[in-house]
Amino acid sequence: MNAEIRPIRTPAEQGLSGELKALSRAGGPRIAALREAAAQAFHDNGLPHRRVEEWKYTDLRTLMREALPLATPAPVAQVEAHQSLLLDTGLRRIVVANGVVVPELSDLADLEPGLSILPLAQALAGGSEALARLGALQPGRYDAALALNTALATDGVVIEIAEGAQIARPVHVAHVVSGQRPAASFARSLVVVGAGAHFTYAESFEGPAGLAYQVNSATEFVVGDEAHLDVVRLQEDSASALHLSTLLFEIGRAAKVHAFSFGIGAGVARTTLYASLEGEDSQVGFNGAFLLKGRQHADATLFLDHQVPGCESRELFKTVLDDSARGVFQGKIVVRQAAQKTDGRMMSRALVLGDDAEMDNKPELEIFADDVQCGHGATCGAIDDDLLFYLRARGIPLKDAQSLLVQAFVGEAIETVEHEGLREALVERAEAWLAARG
Amino acid sequence: MPAVQETVDQVRSIDVDQYKYGFFTDIESEKAPKGLSEDTVRFISAKKDEPEWMLEWRLEAFRRWQTMREPDWARVSYPPINYQDLYYYSAPKRPSQLSIDDIDPEILATYEKLGIPLRERDALLGIASGGTKVAVDAVFDSVSVATTFKEELSKAGVIFMPISEAIREHPELVKKYLGSVVPVTDNYFATLNSAVFSDGSFVYVPKGVRCPMELSTYFRINERNTGQFERTLIIADEGAYVSYLEGCTAPQRDENQLHAAVVELVALADAEIKYSTVQNWYPGDKDGKGGIFNFVTKRGDCRGDRSKISWTQVETGSAITWKYPSCILRGDNSQGEFYSIAISNGRQQVDSGTKMIHLGKNTSSRIISKGIAAGRSDNTYRGLVSAHRKATGARNFTNCDSLLIGDKCGAHTVPYIESKNSSAQFEHEATTSKISDDQLFYCRQRGLDPEEATALIVNGFVKDVLQQLPMEFAVEAQKLISVSLEGSVG
Repeated sequence: MNAEIRPIRTPAEQGLSGELKALSRAGGPRIAALREAAAQAFHDNGLPHRRVEEWKYTDLRTLMREALPLATPAPVAQVEAHQSLLLDTGLRRIVVANGVVVPELSDLADLEPGLSILPLAQALAGGSEALARLGALQPGRYDAALALNTALATDGVVIEIAEGAQIARPVHVAHVVSGQRPAASFARSLVVVGAGAHFTYAESFEGPAGLAYQVNSATEFVVGDEAHLDVVRLQEDSASALHLSTLLFEIGRAAKVHAFSFGIGAGVARTTLYASLEGEDSQVGFNGAFLLKGRQHADATLFLDHQVPGCESRELFKTVLDDSARGVFQGKIVVRQAAQKTDGRMMSRALVLGDDAEMDNKPELEIFADDVQCGHGATCGAIDDDLLFYLRARGIPLKDAQSLLVQAFVGEAIETVEHEGLREALVERAEAWLAARG
Repeated sequence: MPAVQETVDQVRSIDVDQYKYGFFTDIESEKAPKGLSEDTVRFISAKKDEPEWMLEWRLEAFRRWQTMREPDWARVSYPPINYQDLYYYSAPKRPSQLSIDDIDPEILATYEKLGIPLRERDALLGIASGGTKVAVDAVFDSVSVATTFKEELSKAGVIFMPISEAIREHPELVKKYLGSVVPVTDNYFATLNSAVFSDGSFVYVPKGVRCPMELSTYFRINERNTGQFERTLIIADEGAYVSYLEGCTAPQRDENQLHAAVVELVALADAEIKYSTVQNWYPGDKDGKGGIFNFVTKRGDCRGDRSKISWTQVETGSAITWKYPSCILRGDNSQGEFYSIAISNGRQQVDSGTKMIHLGKNTSSRIISKGIAAGRSDNTYRGLVSAHRKATGARNFTNCDSLLIGDKCGAHTVPYIESKNSSAQFEHEATTSKISDDQLFYCRQRGLDPEEATALIVNGFVKDVLQQLPMEFAVEAQKLISVSLEGSVG
């Protein structure tokens, strides 16, 4: 059981190593060094497996069978065909197809004062001040998904909000996969929110149904003092796709950050969120809702690092599992010795509908400061029979009663989304998911 | 709350001296040659006069162990253990286990000093156990030196004897159950134990018998550079009930000593086993020098329907605690319980918790864990609750709370909750906090000094667990908690 194991390299690892041989040189020596270090880290460590604690329940070595060829830019007309699925709530939309920004479909004109949006490729080629921030946030541990993204992503979006700018219209980055052949696309984005600014950022993921493509996205958020950032994410990738995404947050003093992840797509999805609270008195909320069916596998993993005193963090994750789906929640709150008066609460709730569904919860606390209030909770179970009975006694058919209860269950998490249009769009998605359940 | 000078001084004076079991008994002992090899295993086996099958069993474990790697996943750090620099067997020279009068008076004195009466008449007088009868198996380094009330127990049909004796006298029972809960290859320390275990208790409670008294084992490590590897096997046959207590102490030494025990419990249909531990191994001094490395594998198997296994532990000692008493809920409607108080002070590191593995239908488990960290210690709760596909109606409630006293310690919670059955209901909650100023203020306003107030609040905090302990132990545990926390206010 404890014998030394030296795994042989899987075909996927070999394929990826091949792709890592020719790295992009754009962006100057610092970026090039970052890419090389990431490629080397992947070469040394490979894909994570179940013996790697952070990937215990999402064994990427097994789940990622092959390395797909890198995606090539898709024709505009082809990308346009996907638009019916995009959010349409008066957002400023930027389309990233196969990991490349499509200017023709992106709303880059008439930017509000204080808002700057630049495709990453353009920023790398022409230089941008914000680039100094790119790759500055490091999780402090090897993360295969992030390493691959750092080494291979060449495009994405760089958004800067000037100090004090109040941007009312959210920016929506729509990640689309287009094409008939399965391919791998990588996108890297950077969002810098200046001190005192207010900004809402949305991102969505989708692709052709039935296509077994791979998406790897990473977004870095640098949130200034007293800034207010809302992030809303909608992942509805193809049920055969592999979706890996990484979110990194660096949060300043007295800031307010709220991020919500909604996932109904992908065959295998893993979202890793790293948040580093570096300024006092900030408030963060990381929430999520996942609706899974068939043989879908979704993993939400969080690392929250309280480094300074007086911050408050709240996490609420809801997972609904039908058929033989598998949900994973891993959350870790670290409270450093200096971070006195921290108030942290983490909750993961799972509702299991399918007989063969599985939920794995691992909420962790790591606490070094004594004057703190921290707690976590995890529950997992079927729909309460009493509640069902109550509704059925009032003449509501079983299926409808279940739907109502599931809606209420997921609704609690979705309620936390501040932007009304986005919140409604998510509620609609949840309703559609339930309706499709029949 | 900043520590006042007075408190600081108190910590200094108490931290080192508070371990009252740190004395050493000077007796002649017989040891196996230092180091670990097949010869050591053969030596131990020969010393115990074991049958051939047992030796083979040990050797197989030893060979397996050589291919294994020490686990490093726990949140503890310690200098590498040199397994060749230990004595694996140490026994007092006088023949033991004949009659109470043959026991070296020094050993008797030792146990008396520890408050464990080995003379039955003393026990009957209620010297240490508050008037209730408790049968004791006293293990001194590697051998069992005395087992009390054997006769009375055998009248009820209960077998209670050192395991080395059981191997000779009841080979069919030992063969059937030994290693059936904790397989030889289970983990690094369990495999090591399988190879070199020297003694421990064996309990068999026959069908429908309610064990007439509490059984207990008292472990004492005395010798320098000696590891203690005991093995306990408790079998409760259909409808039987037994309550078992375990206590441990060791002298105060500035070297680290290894303790790697294995405890196996088997509960057949309708049986119930209650296993309580008060672990008070020497925790090392205030700088983390010395102390016992406690790597223990404890597991209970609720093999029959409606069986129940309950673990209660009060952990205050050891430099390193690595211990996860678990329940395999195999029988339908079986129940598992785990109540734990783990207190760490000084430089102690605790990584403890439980595993509740739900296999049968309508199985239920409850976990109540209270961790208290003070000084510069680290206290981790690590637990697993899992329901397998067929565990319809499995139910678990977990509550783990941590309390931090001082700002140099750490409290961590690492629960794993895995549900593979839709009808399983799992609830987990954990909190970490410090003693609230309001509570302290309230107590102090009523004239309690800060230490008394802390002890009172802590006692309230751990009350749920203390209530689960047998009466004799509860008093002892309560005393231990206040001793362990003395000087930690600040």
